[in-house]
Amino acid sequence: MFVEQLINGLAIGTIYALVAVGYSLVFGILRLVNFTHSSVYTLGAFMVYVGVEYLHLNIFLAILFSLVTTGFAGVMIDKMGLEPLRKKGASKISAMITTIGLSYIIINCLNIAFGSQIIRFPDLFNYGTFKLLGATIAWQQVIIGAVALILLVALSIFINRTRIGLAMRAVQQEPSAAAINGINVNMIISLTFFLGAASAAIAGTLIASYNQYLRSSMGDIVGLKAFAAAVLGGIGSLPGSVLGGLIIGVSESMAVYKLGGSYIDMVAFSLLFLVLLIRPYGILGRKGSTKV
Amino acid sequence: MALLEAKGITKKFGGLVAVDKLSFEVKQGEIVSIIGPNGAGKTTVFNMITGIYEIDEGEIVFDNKVISNKSPIYIVEAGISRTFQNIRLFKQMRVIENVMVGTHIKTNYNFFDALFRTKRFRNEERKATQKAIDILESIDLGDYINDYANNLPYGLQRRLEIARAIATGAKLLILDEPAAGMNPQESENLLNFIRSLQAKGYTILIIEHDMNVVMNISDRIYVMDYGKRIANGTPSEIASNPDVIKAYLGDASEILEEDDAV
Repeated sequence: MFVEQLINGLAIGTIYALVAVGYSLVFGILRLVNFTHSSVYTLGAFMVYVGVEYLHLNIFLAILFSLVTTGFAGVMIDKMGLEPLRKKGASKISAMITTIGLSYIIINCLNIAFGSQIIRFPDLFNYGTFKLLGATIAWQQVIIGAVALILLVALSIFINRTRIGLAMRAVQQEPSAAAINGINVNMIISLTFFLGAASAAIAGTLIASYNQYLRSSMGDIVGLKAFAAAVLGGIGSLPGSVLGGLIIGVSESMAVYKLGGSYIDMVAFSLLFLVLLIRPYGILGRKGSTKV
Repeated sequence: MALLEAKGITKKFGGLVAVDKLSFEVKQGEIVSIIGPNGAGKTTVFNMITGIYEIDEGEIVFDNKVISNKSPIYIVEAGISRTFQNIRLFKQMRVIENVMVGTHIKTNYNFFDALFRTKRFRNEERKATQKAIDILESIDLGDYINDYANNLPYGLQRRLEIARAIATGAKLLILDEPAAGMNPQESENLLNFIRSLQAKGYTILIIEHDMNVVMNISDRIYVMDYGKRIANGTPSEIASNPDVIKAYLGDASEILEEDDAV
């Protein structure tokens, strides 16, 4: 059981990490907690469903369709909801409540379009099981973990090794100096929202496929836990988000193993409290990176 | 022909007129200083030139192009770059990365080139890296290329900020209090450094409080108070201008004595 639960925890942990990275990217650049993120995660899974069910695309085209539309939705959230507030010099708290409001609007629109009941979702990676160290492991979990991990590595390379990533880091560290050195700050913010939304869409799709269903409320608890993971690891830090996601994923499945499933939602937040008492800026967070 | 010309520029914040019908010009290859007491509106002028503030009246012309009320990106592309009063480096980046941010606007590849690391992407990256190294070596920061900006000594952080400004391809460098917080040795080095930039063909506009720096380096000086220009001229003219001495130079008698001795 231990090995099964460990693998299970790592798989779910990489999903948390993928969602947490979206919180972290936007926070890093705007110093704003983007509460639309959990509904964007849900939207991403629904867009795959729309692609398959209504547009009769094959699954890979449907995922591509979801990436583009959800990413674009992320950009529009910023362009229509947040950029006007920044231009008018509104407070961070106004921007934050706007994201909470937009999140409900997105979820309610999904309810209007698809209803709030459970909808069947195809199992994308049903390749059976294999034995490892006496444990039975589903290929599905391995593939979910691997896909999320590959995306995280790609994102990290993009941010740390390309010049667009360099521009993103510049805006994150000193927006005024970045603008004065010729970086189009608004374009970088849009790109950040696109990347965050697209990775949430993938995460939502993987989870929907794992559960073999989707519903409009599927993002609620995942969103909160991924946010907890981002803070736990040190919000604004990409490796921190990954670490936070994995810690929460693994400790949850260990708790299920030891305590049973009833207490699962408590684990992430208990862990968050404990870590923040010792490291107020998160495990890999720097004091400077959460100022302003 | 002036490289930069401000024609009667005005900036109001509510009822306060921070800059009042100010005119000045900077010629190609000159080092020009703007001095004046705190709150005179000097940094506001810099923010107007670099597109951070919109201007309410007047016009700024750079290199025969009107740049007033254009975006910071337009202005940096036109050939103006600046440093800040409080250093604004990308502190958690390496020295070379800071300079490469400056080269960003000259990048000639798109998102897909970066995604698939095409030949064009790799060539552009190599060129940009080489350019950054050249700039850093030309201003004696070659030994610090891989250090984090945060770990550089103060004087070198100032120098790195100027390197980043140069990397944008700027013709005009605008330096906001470059000698602030420097000890005499550091400001002496800075003085030589700015002279070497002039020798390389850069035109330089400076705000500075350190009179030793201002008097030694400037070709011409503009004096501001309450948003207005109250004097302009060569360092010796400014140093002997009774109004300026009385109001703004404080211990100017010292400078005068030195000047008379020469």
